[in-house]
Amino acid sequence: MSQRLLVNRRRFLTLAGGGASGLLLAGCDSWSTPTSTFRTVLDQTDKLTEAAQRLVLGDQTLAREFTEADISLHFRANGSTEIDDPEYNRMAAAGFADYRLEISGLVQRPLSLSLDDLRALPARTQITRHDCVEGWSSIGKWTGPQLSSVLDMAGLLPGARYVMFYCWDQLNQARLGRLHYYESVGMEDALHAQTILAHAINDEILPIRHGAPLRLRVERQLGYKHAKFLRGIEVVASFADIGEGKGGYYEDGDGYEWYAGI
Amino acid sequence: MSEIAARPPNAAKKLVYRHALVVRITHWINAVCILFLLMSGLQIFNAHPHLYWGEASTFDDQNRPIDTFLSIGAVRNADGERDGVVQIMGGDFIYTTGFLGLSQHNGEPAARAFPAWLTLPSGRDLAAGRLWHFLFAWIFVINGLVYVVYGLAGRHFWRDLLPSRDQWRSFGGTLWDHLRLRFPRGEEATRYNIIQKLAYIIAILALIVMVMTGLSMSPGINAAAPWLPELFGGRQSARTFHFISAFLVVLFALVHIIMVIVSGVWNNIRSMITGRFSIKQGTRK
Repeated sequence: MSQRLLVNRRRFLTLAGGGASGLLLAGCDSWSTPTSTFRTVLDQTDKLTEAAQRLVLGDQTLAREFTEADISLHFRANGSTEIDDPEYNRMAAAGFADYRLEISGLVQRPLSLSLDDLRALPARTQITRHDCVEGWSSIGKWTGPQLSSVLDMAGLLPGARYVMFYCWDQLNQARLGRLHYYESVGMEDALHAQTILAHAINDEILPIRHGAPLRLRVERQLGYKHAKFLRGIEVVASFADIGEGKGGYYEDGDGYEWYAGI
Repeated sequence: MSEIAARPPNAAKKLVYRHALVVRITHWINAVCILFLLMSGLQIFNAHPHLYWGEASTFDDQNRPIDTFLSIGAVRNADGERDGVVQIMGGDFIYTTGFLGLSQHNGEPAARAFPAWLTLPSGRDLAAGRLWHFLFAWIFVINGLVYVVYGLAGRHFWRDLLPSRDQWRSFGGTLWDHLRLRFPRGEEATRYNIIQKLAYIIAILALIVMVMTGLSMSPGINAAAPWLPELFGGRQSARTFHFISAFLVVLFALVHIIMVIVSGVWNNIRSMITGRFSIKQGTRK
């Protein structure tokens, strides 16, 4: 009897709740799709949020840095944690000895840097909290040269406004198909002191699950901005012609905010 | 009931002006915002249905959440079928199939913390959930600021919400009347009783905590104000408090709606639209 009662009550609750929110939801669901007109209204919110945050944040303010004691026992690995690409795997097997990071676009001197070149640059070490868009956080210690040093070596040309990051990992996007990961940041974050190209986590060589051999750290934004498995960096005036024009894999594919400070 | 029958047929009723225009407008905008914030918030929660205490989350070496304050998920039972479960502080599973952890979506059982009819959008879509959440968060905050500035400058808080000394003295009696759903009449009905006042004050504070804990989850705001998440014991604690205070707001809204219905639904709704509230003359014995 109780079994039947439970099922009935459950069904009743579902129906009642569904009826009440059904109309609202049906409207909002169709307003939520990436191609709906209202989505452009929703997208404007990100611009408002960015403007408001930049106002209180300033370009130089550092993200909080933690102590050794705060480091997470197991830093969660997310996104791609292995790579199905023969060329990448051959490089990984050779300890990334012939790895190159290509720097191109609006620069005076395009560069092709080996891992040794990058390790020879002055490194910054920072213990920071990584906040995933899903809601979880892990604390880790990252080491690598500042992106600003690399951009200084290359020399920015007038009109340089954004820095694109192209990656080795591929993901299956529901709408756009199989794509290499890519991301971008504006110049204020690219030149920020804590924006580094990390080749080590917790004093160890960056393992594949965390984006070997090189991953971006943009400490004042959410995890998906921190591109892993870096392959190339391109300085651009605009990303309107790259991908779908929203500046990154998740921005183009799923409609995540380009400014991920919230 | 006998006293109702004993009253003369044209028992005097008086219309009083109860709610100022600013209160009425901000009330309804607030109600809409809370509905949208709640449903999009549950969508966001579904992306990682685990709550932790402290600065960071805790995982085992397989990326699995451990030592959580609350986890919602689906597990396989001995028959190979899935059960929706809730686990609080590592305790025994509470089976919640059909509502939490596992529920129907488009005619199929779906492993999701909160069911489709409670989330915005209904399908799994963190990106869209966030867009809705932040759009309504902006409206909510601006609307809330208008209300708070009005409440402070227009004396609404002191006049209408702060319990008076005589109300504190008769707290026990008011509580007893309230529990028996005996509502005040006459002059006493022109102001909120102390239970109402305290409920509204707690609701306003819970909403302020919602904003503060919400901002505590923003890495940008964290850099600008590192003290903010620390007020709550770290970012993950702030996320947990965000969820708990949302639960309190829902509880408040449910009780609020029930009380609106039992204490004269049309009179209450009219007063929050036109401002005019009808009170029964005379006093209760």
